[in-house]
Amino acid sequence: MDEFEQVLGLYISESRELLDEMESLLLNLEHEENQTESLNGIFRAAHTIKGSAGIFSLDDVVHFTHGVESLLDKMRDGKISSNSELTSLLLDCKDHISLLIDNVEYKTALTEPDDLNGRALLQTLIIVVKQGGTDGPEEYASVNTQLTKTEPVEREDSPQVQSDNWHISVRFHPDSFRFGMDPLAILRYLATLGSIESITTLFPNLPRASEMDPETCYLGYEINFKSQANKLDIEGAFDFIRDDSQVHILPPCSRVSDFIALIESLPEQDIQLGEILVQSGSLTPNELEYALGLQRQLKSQSIEVPLGTIVVNNGLTQQPVLESAIAKQNQMRDGKTKEIQSVRVDADKLDQLINLVGELVIAGAGSSLHAHSSGDRILIESFSMLTRLVEEVRDAALQLRMVQIGATFTRFQRVVRDVAKELGKDIELVITGAETELDKTVVEKISDPLMHLIRNSMDHGIEAPDVRIEKQKDPKGRLTLNAYHDSGMIVIEVSDDGAGLNYEKILKKAQEKGLIPEGESLDVHEVNNLIFEPGFSTADAVTNLSGRGVGMDVVKRNITALRGTVEVQSILGQGATFSIRLPLTLAIIDGFLVEIEKSSFVIPLNMVLECVELNEANSDISPSSQQSYINLRGEVLPFIRLRRLFNLGGRPPKRENVIVISYLGNKVGLAVDKLVGEFQTVIKPLGNIFSHIQGISGSTVLGSGEVALILDVPNLVQKILTTESAKALYSQA
Amino acid sequence: MLTLTKTDHGGLAYIEGPMTIHNALDLKNQFMDTLNSGQNLELNLAAVTEIDAAGLQLLIMAKQQQILTHHELTLVSHSTAVLEAIETMGLISWFNDPVVIIRQ
Repeated sequence: MDEFEQVLGLYISESRELLDEMESLLLNLEHEENQTESLNGIFRAAHTIKGSAGIFSLDDVVHFTHGVESLLDKMRDGKISSNSELTSLLLDCKDHISLLIDNVEYKTALTEPDDLNGRALLQTLIIVVKQGGTDGPEEYASVNTQLTKTEPVEREDSPQVQSDNWHISVRFHPDSFRFGMDPLAILRYLATLGSIESITTLFPNLPRASEMDPETCYLGYEINFKSQANKLDIEGAFDFIRDDSQVHILPPCSRVSDFIALIESLPEQDIQLGEILVQSGSLTPNELEYALGLQRQLKSQSIEVPLGTIVVNNGLTQQPVLESAIAKQNQMRDGKTKEIQSVRVDADKLDQLINLVGELVIAGAGSSLHAHSSGDRILIESFSMLTRLVEEVRDAALQLRMVQIGATFTRFQRVVRDVAKELGKDIELVITGAETELDKTVVEKISDPLMHLIRNSMDHGIEAPDVRIEKQKDPKGRLTLNAYHDSGMIVIEVSDDGAGLNYEKILKKAQEKGLIPEGESLDVHEVNNLIFEPGFSTADAVTNLSGRGVGMDVVKRNITALRGTVEVQSILGQGATFSIRLPLTLAIIDGFLVEIEKSSFVIPLNMVLECVELNEANSDISPSSQQSYINLRGEVLPFIRLRRLFNLGGRPPKRENVIVISYLGNKVGLAVDKLVGEFQTVIKPLGNIFSHIQGISGSTVLGSGEVALILDVPNLVQKILTTESAKALYSQA
Repeated sequence: MLTLTKTDHGGLAYIEGPMTIHNALDLKNQFMDTLNSGQNLELNLAAVTEIDAAGLQLLIMAKQQQILTHHELTLVSHSTAVLEAIETMGLISWFNDPVVIIRQ
């Protein structure tokens, strides 16, 4: 990848972030009393996207974004007040910009409908801007939005300075004298072209007398020059030195941004130079403040500013003009810089690191075993230290992949808004637990199922406003997204305050489809969860949102693929809650290692409750039976013999152990030969050939090089509980 | 050509002839002797016939050096050539000497 591509990639990802930010700000706009800050934020986002697009000469992006910016500018000035239609328009514009950015990334052109749509949006923007803005000197914004693509759009976004004089900035080459140049003579010549309103001679590099070379030129000028001459003539005055010396000539009424560029390109400190510019009358103090502010802003977004150029001078705080508003803006900017103080890393590299850490964990466990068997106490001690460090490295490495779920949640604000409009419902999305963290790969994969659940809740769950009023509910529906950690899993809940699931209807439908055998009785909870069966839909009308009978089963399949579960709790008339339970990470778990007949198995530690000894006194056992019960402190605990389940053969030892595991509040036991202990487990997925095997979810490599299988606890619990006898027992209890 | 005479209050220097790039090297060496004497200086520029940017640069150097050693450098009786040059470069207020402003 060449450098340009890299920078472009950075621009693309940055633009996407800005677009996301823009979207959330737009969505907030409707609920806010004081919109100034949000509007500023939106404007800044659009402006940055446009500005950077200019650098890459992405004309389409610049052109379109400019139109958006014009509207935002008017809104910011209060000439056009925001309303729901405008927000929708801006959201559409934001989508179009995303589309343009996508096309930049994939190097494709817009499809014809998209292109037409973009043009239509732009036209709408122009009309809105024209209608809303009173014609005045600031009209330049809308004038430039005509559909011509040749205009120099990069230049018009910066306001003009008031001074109508030229500004000339010269830094002479050290050898200028030796080349026969006399800076004084150049000034004299310049004076014939116009009048030098003000001049500041600079010699910041002039050394002390002893080191000073009288034949070296240390001089520089900042000149405010009033002249009717054209630029060519003025440049002519510097013709002889232009090749070697630094000469900047800014025409009258230059953009402030040009002055920023000038300040940036010269060696002196910004603030000092800025003050000279003010003294010479080229800039007003306000313009300087604006210029420096803009420059800081660009810097904080790490755009356009070459590395290592002038550091913003702290002396700026001495400027007396700092009003509270500016101070506040600066604060926000600082916050922004802080956020951006992160490093972008390829997901691949991160995966590789996690993999290596995984190997390290395995190797560490192996070495630790050897150390223990050697009996060398010093070695054991140093290994326990090493193990602890490896554990910390593991945790830190996994933490790298952890992201907050908030970003995913926030994305649904837009979905909820759009779908609610489409359905003619008034729905509010409430987000809680946004800071809950989970593995990035899980986050990516959970987005689709979540989307489906949300659409489903909005379509089927929440009633239309008139129905709600009839039912004496708040006409505004409420959809809640919640996330929290629970015993090594993350739980994501989608709840609505709608009608809830119709038990009767589902039961009837299920019987029609033959999902429940005749005579079988199911409790409410079981019936409700039938909606996750393939081909199940009770929607009376098939809308384009949901109700086509594909969906809930796909949701369940997707979540199961992530080793998670989904279930629904519903109260008729009050709403439904879908809960998704997912493992925090897919890579490493803390496991509990057990042995049966030389075979090793790992049980996820977070599901292990306790271990008890299996003996005649506390159990109903016949070693041959696959399933039995033990008396766990007066409680009946069904257990299963893994030896029988996996057909391992051999004879059980004198003393068997039962591991009590818990899943979703159900307790069951697993009988094993030997308990080995806790063990950090790097999950290696089983190949496709083994995908049909029940009760095993993966494999791992032990320190000794042996393979251990990881038990699929949810599946086992299910298996034990669904056995007839267990059922009978539970229904009695 | 720079000549130096000592007075009760410091040195009294007198420059005669041109102050340009052509004699800048010589002038600088003469300046160094003067500056090293470590005293307040009064520099009479009445007989300077011609001055260019290199000459002005020497005056700047002398002034800076005197400031550095906490002494004074006062330019007096500027010849027309000197005054015009200093004004053209916008350095009148920097030197901060009493001069007759020629033009507004």
